[in-house]
Amino acid sequence: MSDQDASPRQVTSLDAEGLSLKSVSLWQITWRRFFRRKSALVGLAILAVLVFIALTAQWIAPYDPYKPLIGIEKVQRREKPCIHLLGCPKDKPQHIMGIDGNVRDQFSRLLFGARLSLIIGISTVSFAIIIGTILGAVGGYFGGWIDNLIMRVMDVLLAFPSLLLAITIVTVLGPGLINALIAISIVSIPAYARVVRASVLSVREMDYVAASRALGGSDSHIIFKRILPNALTPLIVQGTLGIATAILEAAALSFLGLGAQPPTPEWGSMLGAERNQVFTAPHLVFYPGFAIMLTVLSFNLIGDGLRDALDPRLAHVSG
Amino acid sequence: MLIQYIIRRFFSAIPVLFGILLVTFTLARVIPGDPCRAILGEKATQEVCDRFIREKGLDKPIPVQFWVYLNEIARGDFGQSFRYGMPVTRLLIERLPTTVELSFAALFISMLVGIPLGIISAVKHNSWIDVFTMIWANIGVSMPVFWLGLMLMYVFSLTLKDTPFWLPPSGRLSAGMSADPFYVVWGWSLPETGLRIAIAQFISRLNILNALLTANWALLKDAITHLILPSVALGTIPMALIARITRSSMLEVLGQDYVRTARAKGLPYLKIILKHAFRNSLLPLVTVIGLSLGSLLGGAVLTETIFGLSGVGRTLYDAITARDYGIVQAFTVVIAIFFVILNLIVDISYAYLDPRIRLD
Repeated sequence: MSDQDASPRQVTSLDAEGLSLKSVSLWQITWRRFFRRKSALVGLAILAVLVFIALTAQWIAPYDPYKPLIGIEKVQRREKPCIHLLGCPKDKPQHIMGIDGNVRDQFSRLLFGARLSLIIGISTVSFAIIIGTILGAVGGYFGGWIDNLIMRVMDVLLAFPSLLLAITIVTVLGPGLINALIAISIVSIPAYARVVRASVLSVREMDYVAASRALGGSDSHIIFKRILPNALTPLIVQGTLGIATAILEAAALSFLGLGAQPPTPEWGSMLGAERNQVFTAPHLVFYPGFAIMLTVLSFNLIGDGLRDALDPRLAHVSG
Repeated sequence: MLIQYIIRRFFSAIPVLFGILLVTFTLARVIPGDPCRAILGEKATQEVCDRFIREKGLDKPIPVQFWVYLNEIARGDFGQSFRYGMPVTRLLIERLPTTVELSFAALFISMLVGIPLGIISAVKHNSWIDVFTMIWANIGVSMPVFWLGLMLMYVFSLTLKDTPFWLPPSGRLSAGMSADPFYVVWGWSLPETGLRIAIAQFISRLNILNALLTANWALLKDAITHLILPSVALGTIPMALIARITRSSMLEVLGQDYVRTARAKGLPYLKIILKHAFRNSLLPLVTVIGLSLGSLLGGAVLTETIFGLSGVGRTLYDAITARDYGIVQAFTVVIAIFFVILNLIVDISYAYLDPRIRLD
């Protein structure tokens, strides 16, 4: 009521002060808020570098990630890093992250690993979002026994610690990168199903949905055009943070030998292959793990930034 | 009202429990490979295998096997482990204490460090300590457990060798360190089998508790030094989560009018923080602690693998690769039931902390 009273006068007073009223869309506000956060920008910067590396790995990598250097260069197995700038003799070939257990350049393998990690994170989350959205939307929209059934199945999936469930699923499907991705996707479906269901429930009874139905809109039209756009915001946040979790879990599965198989340059499996050498060749354990951490960190920072930007209620809490 | 809520919540857990049993049963059956040859070796003849499958009841129809399985579980009998040749329940009593001790130590460390850091960060909002804590919290949640464990091992077991900060890289106790069970030291005479000896054995395998009960200080020190690295590795992610959530919910509460009123009344600031603000920011904290327990149990597989601890996680992983049905089923069921009970406790403590939830 007070809004209606005040608005005409306010506009004139603003005009009098020479301020123009330009319409700003939700996304513009969101981006502005997002870019104001330093940590989100750091995350974005790290991700930009990773994407660049992933796209250009074959040109910027100094060596072949698969081919052993036996007979090509005079290097030892698991040799320590040799960086010319840091005083390594110039007559020795430069390997800034050392040589791995199969006499390959670790730095080149690491660069190629960026490609794999990004693909892993994005593909598992996309798959989980698609399935989770369908399940959540169907359950929330139709309600009744179908909702009950879907949500009970989700409850059972959530009743297992996610990594353990993923390990069990991979064992059933057989070890391998693709199966690991499927397992991680399945494990993360309930989170998305719940998010979507919650937002469907919150708008299902609204007048505009009833209006759409009165106009003869079909169920799928109402779900996809009228209801699901409301779930976009929480899905984006959950998805970005989900990519971070997916990369961590995929790395853990590969570390245990259930995911990517050698000689694939996957960070988790690189680390797992050399873990018993941690005391003698720490560089082979340190760098892949550090790369995983940076990648996960970038998605976490971006996800947090998006959440704060999209949810104005949190604005005063953010640092 | 609270009692009613607890009862209602308890009954809603039953379908989930049934689902867990169904899933674990199915998963164990569809694991590819022939269980007979996995146990008796590749060279086992068809005759030996046929007898083996008949003896274990693996030739009966799947629904019959499931019914038998449900009956056995109801009696607390998880069957035999093919590989270890002993009842799974006994194996569980042997291995579970390692994981319980590790998870609780990890949770304890994460709360001990995370909660005060979160409170200080909120009170000293935007100070250097706040910025530092938040940077560390962000890095902490992004670290792979297995990498952190290996790095800690490198620093504390190799780099700091021959210093007082040296910590052992693996195992639960040093070689030659013997742990007499408390019930032997106390001179209890317990029957060979049954529930009482099982419970006593379980408790005695919690090294720290057993050392305290038997006043064996050398054992206590040894057990604790072995536990530090794995539990720090396992506890870092929950620690970071706890610090973050404590900070954000404290910030929210500290901005409330009643906190300002309390300050205006001239109450000591520390009392306001701990009694007025912290208690009201407990709810999200309980959620995070509850959620962390799941990641602790999952992370235990990785931590136990790295630090050479034969706990539930490691044993389960070994059993999966060896297709030991009995262990896979039993351990997954126990972990999942444990997890469901923990979630139940979290929900109930919600209802206790916030009466509005009971009316839902």
